[in-house]
Amino acid sequence: MTEPVLDIRNLKVDFTTRRGVAHVLDDVSFSVAPGELLAIVGESGCGKSMTALSVLGLIPSPPGKVVGGSILFQGRDLTKLRQSEMRKIRGGDIAMIFQEPMTSLNPVFTCGEQIAEAVRLHQKVSPRAALARAVDMLRAVGIPEPELRARAYPHQLSGGMRQRVMIAMALSCEPKLLIADEPTTALDVTVQAQIFGLLDELRQKTGTAIVLITHDMGAVAEMADKVAVMYAGRVIERGPADAVLDDPGHPYTRGLLASIPRVDADPDADLPEIPGIVPALTDLGRGCAFAPRCPLAVDACHAAQPRHVALSGDHSAACIQLEPREVPA
Amino acid sequence: MTAPARTTVPAARGPMAEAWDIFRRSPSAMLGLALLILVMAMTFAGPHIYQVDPFEIVWAPLTPPGEEATIPLGTDNLGRDILAGLIAGGRATLAVGFAAAAITMLIGVLIGAYAGFYGGLVDDMLMRVTEFFQVLPPLLFAMVVVTLFQPTLVNVALAIGIVSWPQTARLTRSEFRRIRTLEYVSAMRAIGAGDGNIIWRVILPNALPPLIVSATLTIGMAILFEAGLSFLGLSDPNVMSWGLMIGSGREYLLDAWWVVTLPGAMIFLTVLGVSLVGDGLNDAFNPRMRER
Repeated sequence: MTEPVLDIRNLKVDFTTRRGVAHVLDDVSFSVAPGELLAIVGESGCGKSMTALSVLGLIPSPPGKVVGGSILFQGRDLTKLRQSEMRKIRGGDIAMIFQEPMTSLNPVFTCGEQIAEAVRLHQKVSPRAALARAVDMLRAVGIPEPELRARAYPHQLSGGMRQRVMIAMALSCEPKLLIADEPTTALDVTVQAQIFGLLDELRQKTGTAIVLITHDMGAVAEMADKVAVMYAGRVIERGPADAVLDDPGHPYTRGLLASIPRVDADPDADLPEIPGIVPALTDLGRGCAFAPRCPLAVDACHAAQPRHVALSGDHSAACIQLEPREVPA
Repeated sequence: MTAPARTTVPAARGPMAEAWDIFRRSPSAMLGLALLILVMAMTFAGPHIYQVDPFEIVWAPLTPPGEEATIPLGTDNLGRDILAGLIAGGRATLAVGFAAAAITMLIGVLIGAYAGFYGGLVDDMLMRVTEFFQVLPPLLFAMVVVTLFQPTLVNVALAIGIVSWPQTARLTRSEFRRIRTLEYVSAMRAIGAGDGNIIWRVILPNALPPLIVSATLTIGMAILFEAGLSFLGLSDPNVMSWGLMIGSGREYLLDAWWVVTLPGAMIFLTVLGVSLVGDGLNDAFNPRMRER
């Protein structure tokens, strides 16, 4: 495997609130290689978006603070960079696509102007050249009549079209890493497929590594090389996509996969669900955060934080039930 | 590649073009604009057509309008030509009005933008300063400024600007606080934009509509303020203005109505025009006024 573009090691982020310190990210580790697509899945509030924001150095501070670990981007630790250095990386080397294409574009500028602005933040080019680049990017993301659309205001475009503009903007400076935070949640199903297809195609063409934050397990199965499953601020399972999806180790991952509606399921049966809700991050016990909802929980689960157990190759999960499977060498 | 179906894009129309469309369809807004253009045309073209020195004594004092063909609007208590006064006075009044509004916007937007964008300690400090200026009685403070320094037009404009900016600062601040949390601001940050870029190139253009409306109304308010100061004899005595004309003619109101009423009518029409334009802009920028 090639040198990873992004290598997050034991990242810890705390939020200090009036109700106490919340460990928003606790010991998060994963890595992405060039051209690779890593999917981060998990329930709302499990720290997926927070992971993305910490990579860009955009955690709201206060109250947020990186309290441990490192974010290595091409060998440089992003947590130690100054704001001015971080600004060059944002949008230049690492770009991000947001969830809401409807509100992520500035309503008072045309799409072309906004992409050109992004280009000019990182490259010393004339406004004319930047605008030409914007049109090229719009063409690259499959927008018909790009010259015309470049002169359109965001409200004149559909949601899918706007998400394409966002992608064009994100890719305008040829980033090494693209973080897509639920890029299709706000879009129609058919448009979702188009956007995922576009991301996959661009990744293969440009070799950009992608971190995809999503709820869409279908998209994960289809596109992702690697998967990281997060729960309550921790990565509880990670590994190659097929390994995690076909042979999930953690009870939470199994529950997550079981709760996906299936076409061949009995239409009268209730959809399987994971009982309970995600615990508040301010009052996590000492043990496994999933233990209160886990069907397999035993007393030991509440006592101590489970370690990651290697299942096969890069596939590992953090659950004490798996520990016996660890084959001693 | 899966390209979406071709659709026809309507001709690119910016938010400003849309606002103008709404503005244009409002009769009162257009009346206000016409009034303003008329007043401006009179003050800018007037001196070239009607070449009379407003301070020169041209005829018998208190000549009523229409009595003498060469002096269509009569003379004041010193025998000076009223029409010449109205033309020359408009220039001073408008200049002070616009300059004061510009100063108000400059200080108000600058302070409001930083307070609203950064929040926290910066906000607290700037807002305390703003409140300090807000609790000063405006007329009294302006009078003190003008009497302490020379009562020149520049000082009058400055005095009005200094007492008027807190309102603009508060408006700007609230707009910035609202807009800074919107997603397109985060998106611009994620693309590598710095604070300055976000404040002036991302947030300000979006905060502009209410600020333009407020600036317009500030012009009207500044004109009234200037007239008030002139009436009290606190404006530049060497520059003809409508307020000065009213102030110097006030004792003759019962004998010669035109001396005071005519410049008063000019102030009325100008401020009315400004207010109507301000209301029209308010509607034009109101998203609820747009179909879509």
